[in-house]
Amino acid sequence: MSEDQSPVGGAGAGAGGADAAPLDVMRLAGAKARGKRPYFFEDPDVERVLAITMALAGELAVLRARLDTMEELLEKRGTMTRADIDAFVPAPAHAERRGRWYQEYLARILRIVQQDAEACGADEPTSEEAGQRLGPA
Amino acid sequence: MAATEASENAAYDGPPDYRSVGRHDLLPETTHDEAERYNFLAQLNRHLAARVLPGVEAAYHGEMLPEFRRRHGRAPADRHEVRHALERHPLYRTWSALRRNTMEMRQQAGLSVVLPQLPELVDRAASSTGSERLRLDAAVHPPAYLTAVDHHCMPGSYHTERVPGDVSGAANYDSGLFVTTGGLLGRFADGGGHGIVDFIRRIRPGFAPRRILDLGCGLGHNVLPVAVAFPEAEITAVDVAAPMLRYGAARAASLGVDNVEFVQADATDLAQFEEGSFDWVQSIMFLHETSLSALKRIMAQSRRLVAPGGLVTHVEQPCYDAAMPLFEQSLRDWDALYNNEPFWTKLHEIDLDELLVAAGFERSRLIHAGVHAIADGEGFRDAASEDVEDYGRKPAWRVTGAEVPG
Repeated sequence: MSEDQSPVGGAGAGAGGADAAPLDVMRLAGAKARGKRPYFFEDPDVERVLAITMALAGELAVLRARLDTMEELLEKRGTMTRADIDAFVPAPAHAERRGRWYQEYLARILRIVQQDAEACGADEPTSEEAGQRLGPA
Repeated sequence: MAATEASENAAYDGPPDYRSVGRHDLLPETTHDEAERYNFLAQLNRHLAARVLPGVEAAYHGEMLPEFRRRHGRAPADRHEVRHALERHPLYRTWSALRRNTMEMRQQAGLSVVLPQLPELVDRAASSTGSERLRLDAAVHPPAYLTAVDHHCMPGSYHTERVPGDVSGAANYDSGLFVTTGGLLGRFADGGGHGIVDFIRRIRPGFAPRRILDLGCGLGHNVLPVAVAFPEAEITAVDVAAPMLRYGAARAASLGVDNVEFVQADATDLAQFEEGSFDWVQSIMFLHETSLSALKRIMAQSRRLVAPGGLVTHVEQPCYDAAMPLFEQSLRDWDALYNNEPFWTKLHEIDLDELLVAAGFERSRLIHAGVHAIADGEGFRDAASEDVEDYGRKPAWRVTGAEVPG
């Protein structure tokens, strides 16, 4: 685990001088903004699961990008440290490649949304209905 | 990371890599994974605008509008009816739920970057030479229009002081703004400032203001291009939020800009400045975060403070008018209703011309024009070259203002 993934909020996470109580970073970072939250789906539980799913999708993307960085460093230098990973800046062509990867990744994650949009206004039979027409009655 | 061959053929039109944002001493450090979290979220925002929203619009015309006509025997009469029709449709709900959640993820991502390094950021701001250009006033309190809800879902909004000498709200805003704009505001997120400079140069070639007042400056993103464009001018940038000003003053110093003074003041109460003491009074994307009563006072203050021969400009979201389709109006309301920008929708309804005239500006000298952000930085595309419209985040705006007789 790199340092940024270690639990935070303990020593060193404080602010405002050595005497100040440390900030509870995890709680503050995930704090709710003031103002009642809108829920868009009829069942808010569905939206909660969507939020958790997208957070996981985000973390998986970060992990995939980290692997890509490691592959790049190993290919170019044959070795690497954690500091090398944090200092890594993709060359323009690499950044573009990674950008395209993100685009495809999101298109895969959100495939059902694309297909729902394509289904709008389409007058199509289900397979069962199509089968009925193919007989015998 | 290999993308498929087919997609390699089309020009890449997505956000740039987060690591290409402009650097300065106050910008929070990001680890590899933190930078990639921003990249993911910027890409997700762009996906929602480019890939999901067009489907919502098609479904509106193909399904929701015909259903509305069947139910009511007529077309929707206003944007509110359009919105209620949209809210019945699963695609709009999905797009909205994803969009809201993306904003919340962005806030968590930003605060997770900022808070662990807050002690260093506080020290850096306090010891910056920029602190000499900072004038805070503990008697200035955040107005009601800022405290009712946390603007654009930023926990603590602009003004909360988490620690003494706090800069966390500003650091979070600055660090994560890239996510929302996908780089369309340029590497220093100052495309609005470059846009207004370009506009002023076109309408007033040779304009050489001695003093400029910037209202609601925030952390000063947009005022710095103005300060750089008019190096002989002394600029006063006011805001109510001390964390933004502390950060902004240090950021300006780090970027080598020394002709801006950051002053904690409420734009509705600027009695400390003399009548006619500014050649140019301006704001960029500030008015939509105020209120009608504040707006009237801001216009009156602007009239009092602008010098003979000077000008006033406000860069803002476009006005809802008869020419703007109701679907577009409805989508532009999204941020007001679901992203804690409560005055945004009201401002769209207000005729700023009438407010300017009521404040004492001459109708024949009013200014209106379209203006868009000019993105500075390699790999950053600006609004003029962006063909994805999400009705709110794309930085294509209007400028409203007035010239004052000499």
